[in-house]
Amino acid sequence: MADTTVSTGTSQRSWYKRNEIAVTPWLFLIPGIIFFMVYVIIPIFQSFYYSTLSWDGLGEPQNIGMANYAELWDDDAFYTSLWNNFIWLALYLLAIPAGLFIALLLNQTIWGIRLYKSLFFFPFVISQVVVGLVFGWFYDPTFGLFNIALGAIGLGPINVLGDEAYVTYGIIAAGLWPQTAYCMILYLTGLNAVDPEQIEAARLDGAKRLKMLWYVVVPQLKPATFIAFVVTIIGALRSFDLISIMTNGGPFGSSRVLSFYMFEVALSEYGFRMGYGAAIAVVLFLIMLVFITYFLYSMYNEEKGR
Amino acid sequence: MHKFLKASTATLALAVAATGANADGHALSGDLVIFSDMSNPAPRATMEDMAARFGEMHPDLNIELTIIDREAYKTQIRNFLTANTPDVANWYAANRMRPYVDAGLFEDISDVWEGTLSEELASTKGAMTLDGKQWGVPYTYYQWGVYYRKDIYEELGLKEPATFDEMKSNCQAILDSGKKCYTIGTKFLWTAGGWFDYLNMRTNGYDFHSELMAGKHKWDSDEVRATFANWRELLDMGAFVDNHTSYSWQESLPFIVSGEAAAILKGNFAVAPLREAGLDDSKLDFYQFPSINGDVALAEDAPTDTFHIPSGAANKDNAKAFLKFVTSAENQTLINNGANLGQLPVNANSSVDDDKFLKEGFEMLSSNSPGGVAQFFDRDAPAEMAKVGMEGLQEFMVKPDNLDKILARLDKAAERIYK
Repeated sequence: MADTTVSTGTSQRSWYKRNEIAVTPWLFLIPGIIFFMVYVIIPIFQSFYYSTLSWDGLGEPQNIGMANYAELWDDDAFYTSLWNNFIWLALYLLAIPAGLFIALLLNQTIWGIRLYKSLFFFPFVISQVVVGLVFGWFYDPTFGLFNIALGAIGLGPINVLGDEAYVTYGIIAAGLWPQTAYCMILYLTGLNAVDPEQIEAARLDGAKRLKMLWYVVVPQLKPATFIAFVVTIIGALRSFDLISIMTNGGPFGSSRVLSFYMFEVALSEYGFRMGYGAAIAVVLFLIMLVFITYFLYSMYNEEKGR
Repeated sequence: MHKFLKASTATLALAVAATGANADGHALSGDLVIFSDMSNPAPRATMEDMAARFGEMHPDLNIELTIIDREAYKTQIRNFLTANTPDVANWYAANRMRPYVDAGLFEDISDVWEGTLSEELASTKGAMTLDGKQWGVPYTYYQWGVYYRKDIYEELGLKEPATFDEMKSNCQAILDSGKKCYTIGTKFLWTAGGWFDYLNMRTNGYDFHSELMAGKHKWDSDEVRATFANWRELLDMGAFVDNHTSYSWQESLPFIVSGEAAAILKGNFAVAPLREAGLDDSKLDFYQFPSINGDVALAEDAPTDTFHIPSGAANKDNAKAFLKFVTSAENQTLINNGANLGQLPVNANSSVDDDKFLKEGFEMLSSNSPGGVAQFFDRDAPAEMAKVGMEGLQEFMVKPDNLDKILARLDKAAERIYK
């Protein structure tokens, strides 16, 4: 009797019950997938489509094929922005060694270290807009601290944000301030996980200072370095708010990066070229794709290695 | 207490309703949604007061006023004209309204202009007309010109210049005294557009200037090059403050307040902050931009700010009544007086406030601007052209040697934009 009950129970189990293990994860994923499709995946393909249009965002769009890309090809402003993007990518990575250095400095137990740690972390907490404003005043050619300091050691005033030769570096320096704090906090947590036994062993073998750091500590910080690399690259490619608040892309467009240029031509006060903006977005996407592929590939390798 | 408050509000509303009904024969009802960009303190108070006075006239009308930050408004307007449309919205005159007119987002309100309004607002009718129709109404405009430090000029024994040569010799005297002639902040580009407007209108005349803005002339032409050559004379003298690319126009004001610079080319809206910073009428004065080429008639920039009815508005009749109210002579006198906007009324029957700068500006525009009245660089030229153009102007001010490259770039952009 008992047997039959069980067997009928099994055969009568609903489709969901039978496939519960396979289906449940997807059910939980569905809301995420829907939003990811609507806000990320579909817009990417829409951008590809819009980049073939001549459209002011209001009237009737007109299909012009590859003309937007042809125009990009000999647009000086585009190359300035592209070049600035590469400068951003390269110099922003300085946040990683700088963050590591500060983390090593702060990774000790002395009285009040928590206060120092929070003070170093502070720039990451305040908004990028505030960072931009503060650095804007700092760089002010007439009243700013930066030029007062330069004047004290006998150097002439430098108009950092108004001179096309310095402007991008000036903004990157402002961006490095919070980004270094971010990397620092990643490394501080990473340092907690460093195996003290290995340090002990290395010390017995006579490893000191730089050798100890390079061959023993840094390899153990690899996960932290990977995350720091990812967030820094993303930070460099999103460098929009600082530029907008500090120079508005100027002087005469020399501090623009691709994301800012895209905003300017498509969405700003004078921008009415959705198609051209989309074409810039596509180029930016292709650059990002290189990094995305690399990140996904290394994450895949890591998963496989386990 | 609560009950009492409620009761008294009710009585108050009744009282207001009574007076309103008396004041105006046909009271409006329903809704009126207004989106405004008058977000600076004084304009904001003026706008709120204006809506409140209109509400008093029409007690059954439910007025909903939303004031949006002036800069943010410029990008938001695209969204709210297509969805969630208000009944009345602020914008600017001339080509600046072209994208919305072409897209059919602004209502043709030529019927509002029929009759007496066209006569009363004759001076700005041209600026509100595209394709032979009127697309909005103006509510204020203001003169541009040179605001200068009277005390510095007197100290150096200088007079208001009437010609370019006098302008330059004045400037040389100011430079010799260790000051700069003009302050300017070009971070947001458009201030350089003001200088180009004046230099070009004085060198080549209003007609050439407006045709250039409309894309009918090449930038790389002898005329435009002559304008830049005049500008270059001032640049080579070192007439402008250093590092102007780092400053907004507001940030450029301290130089004239402290006396490090003697003058600024600006719209009348600069007067309020300068007065607040301590420059009273004995220290601050105004002159019309001097003549450069004696053969061309003087022309001025006088940007006009406007109200429009979006074509998707739900309560167009109420909106039209509001526009008529805004432009009425009485309201124009009130909102443009020194206590409110401190600018020029658009209605010919209104009176200009008793203010030194307003009176001088009004006289200049009505009797000494025979060449014509332009809006402003970024309102006369299409938006995209204005952007590329003003960037070129800023570059020229820093690197005058790049002129050939800049002109070539502008012509290339013009070819695409005006086709």
